[in-house]
Amino acid sequence: MSTTPIETWAVDLADVTYIYPFVGSEGLMAAVAIALWLLWHVWQLKHENATYRDEIAKHGDDETIRKALGDSD
Amino acid sequence: MDTDVGALTIIFTEFYYWVTVALMFLIHVGFCMYEVGASRRRNHMHTLMKNSMLIPLVTVTWFFFGWWIYWAFAGGPGITGGIGHPVDFASASYPWSQEMGPNLGADGLGGRITGVFWAAFLLFAWTAASIVSGAVIERIRSFAFWLFAVLIGSVTWSIDAAWGWSYSGWMVELLGYHDAYASGVIHAIAGGTALGILVVLGPRLGKFAADGTPRDIRPHNPWLVCIGLFLIYTGFWGFYVACNVPLATTGYIDGLITGATQTGTTIYLTPTTLSAITVNFLMSLSGGMLVGYTMSKGDAFWTYSGGLAGIIAASAGNDLYHPIQALIIGGIGTAFMYKLHFWVERRFKIDDAVGAVAVHGYAGFFGVVIAGFVLWGHPSSPYDGFAAISPWGQFAGAMIMFWGLGFIPAWILAKILASMDLLRIPKEIELLGLDFHSNQEAEQARQDVAAAVRAEHA
Repeated sequence: MSTTPIETWAVDLADVTYIYPFVGSEGLMAAVAIALWLLWHVWQLKHENATYRDEIAKHGDDETIRKALGDSD
Repeated sequence: MDTDVGALTIIFTEFYYWVTVALMFLIHVGFCMYEVGASRRRNHMHTLMKNSMLIPLVTVTWFFFGWWIYWAFAGGPGITGGIGHPVDFASASYPWSQEMGPNLGADGLGGRITGVFWAAFLLFAWTAASIVSGAVIERIRSFAFWLFAVLIGSVTWSIDAAWGWSYSGWMVELLGYHDAYASGVIHAIAGGTALGILVVLGPRLGKFAADGTPRDIRPHNPWLVCIGLFLIYTGFWGFYVACNVPLATTGYIDGLITGATQTGTTIYLTPTTLSAITVNFLMSLSGGMLVGYTMSKGDAFWTYSGGLAGIIAASAGNDLYHPIQALIIGGIGTAFMYKLHFWVERRFKIDDAVGAVAVHGYAGFFGVVIAGFVLWGHPSSPYDGFAAISPWGQFAGAMIMFWGLGFIPAWILAKILASMDLLRIPKEIELLGLDFHSNQEAEQARQDVAAAVRAEHA
């Protein structure tokens, strides 16, 4: 038993095509991967918004901003 | 792969494109150095990550749909043919296509060497997105930029390549569009995209005085910027070589060419040689550097940028130009983009932080148009019935690249994101600097360690 279509290399390579595991599950893998990609953007947007919100709450006062601007370029 | 010569040809072709991919990685090392060097100290790490993360995002979306678009849209669809016209390789390019996985099948596309073609095109996609990245530093939200990266990297560049950078693209067939090393299909579209975003995004705080006079926000590290550009030159070799088909027989081309002579070709399957493009790359680079140095009176940033602009200005026709033509076109293209950059900055208050719109967009547009005059009448394709290269075909092509597929889609997406307050970072964050929090944490950690060390030695 093999997860790939190859059970043995006692074959004529001219007859061999795909050699990756779970041939036939490409549709499911693509659906999962696309969903993960879209979810990543949703997570990233929330994370970025939360970061800015927290940072402004912590450091957004005039004095800190003035000091930050004076510190360096 | 069932004869020695056939096997050598396949393995050579596979290895040839693999080398281009490895070389093109250097373009992105260069872009990262260049952008970080151009940003101010308080924005370094954010600038680095904004660019770096386009790599995985464009990669996965190129796998999901970018590669399919390239093969599906050559005919428009609906202009010279439907989806997949004329070779239905699109069906082998879905993310769920078995041909996308490791396979020992057919020798050509759709078979064992598909992956290296996929990767070479992907590296172009990264380049297009990375060009845009530099223009918008220090004030765009990462979320927004990464959507733009996917837009240009996996959608609009892929469409423009299908249309104008394919042996069967409708722009080649009907307009005689010729853009062998991507003046338009990478550079003009990226410049147009950057401009479309910048118009909506606005300048960095402090860039313009109250009377509209632009201020020079100097790169934090000019040396890093220049070495970054130098690395982009280096990676550009891979870019150029990847634009060629290394070895084609007249049987493979299947066009009007007769005889049995084998040759290297452009993406359009029109004959050229690696030697030709090597000499012209260097001559156009030289023309750009000489003019960049002269016009900027020795400024390092504009000299290096001039070198890049010189290559880009000559790229559309560098498969055919005489080296002295490449030199002159590179020089004139650089002068054009340099003048236009400062005029647009003053006139329209556009803050293009690294000159990307100019170096890539204006020089690329110029390069496509000038090729129409210099190569006027040359056959754009080995196939019967394709239009010859002409000034009007090239001008129409440049307009499609810069405005149609570059500026307009980016401007629309920027407007949508701005209306949702998702385009620009909050003003307080821009004032504090994007790295403020992490810099504070780093400073705190440094003080903690210093205090601990002092305590141990007390």
